[in-house]
Amino acid sequence: MSRPAASNAAVPARFKPGDAVVVRRAYPPGHVRTPWYIRGHHGTVVHALGPFPNPEELAYNRPGLPAQPLYRVRFRQSQIWPDYVGGAGDTLDVEIYQHWLEPAGAAP
Amino acid sequence: MVAKNDKYEVYRCAGFGESTVNAALPVVAVAGHNRAMREPIRSHHDMGGLPAGAVEKTEHDYAFWEKRVDALNVLLAAKGHLRVDEMRKNIEALPPDAYERMSYYERWISAIANTLLQRGVITADELGRKMEEIARREGVRL
Repeated sequence: MSRPAASNAAVPARFKPGDAVVVRRAYPPGHVRTPWYIRGHHGTVVHALGPFPNPEELAYNRPGLPAQPLYRVRFRQSQIWPDYVGGAGDTLDVEIYQHWLEPAGAAP
Repeated sequence: MVAKNDKYEVYRCAGFGESTVNAALPVVAVAGHNRAMREPIRSHHDMGGLPAGAVEKTEHDYAFWEKRVDALNVLLAAKGHLRVDEMRKNIEALPPDAYERMSYYERWISAIANTLLQRGVITADELGRKMEEIARREGVRL
């Protein structure tokens, strides 16, 4: 992936590190980059990674513009897996594009 | 349900969560869902978190053909004939039994071929004839 040359070819960033987010519970057909198991879960943005052409469009040989901001989002393992047996403080980081995220209150 | 094929079932439905069939509503194709949008269908490749055996940590040498597949992918990407995102889309599009049966680089060469067909870089006829020619030369049956 390469960054777009023009900054106006990117969607403005909605989130910053520390923001509480929830992953959209959406199930479109086609090529998507948000794993099934993480949809609907609450997390916290830990890094804003910058805009990238949308891979869900690139997969169909389209330009993927405007570029979508990508975030590293941290989740609590114990909230993702009902039978999780690891430590209560264990976390999982997933890189998720902005169009899959919505603002959320504090993670439950 | 008004139509069905391998991948999609087409329902008349009133929207998300609607369970009653209403023939007065327009027909919508509910791709990726199996009952009037109530139960989404998980794509086979999207298996993170599903029960699985232990991870087998094995090292193996790559066969020569596997190295050629990798080289082909690098060259085609450098020449602008395919993108890794198209490769992923085409690997994900494999039917579950093919996805399970094929090895890693078999999935790759399948995705390369499908990407080049979709882009019009090659035609199915060209590919089929070349495969026949090579099979004859190597004395193998296709």
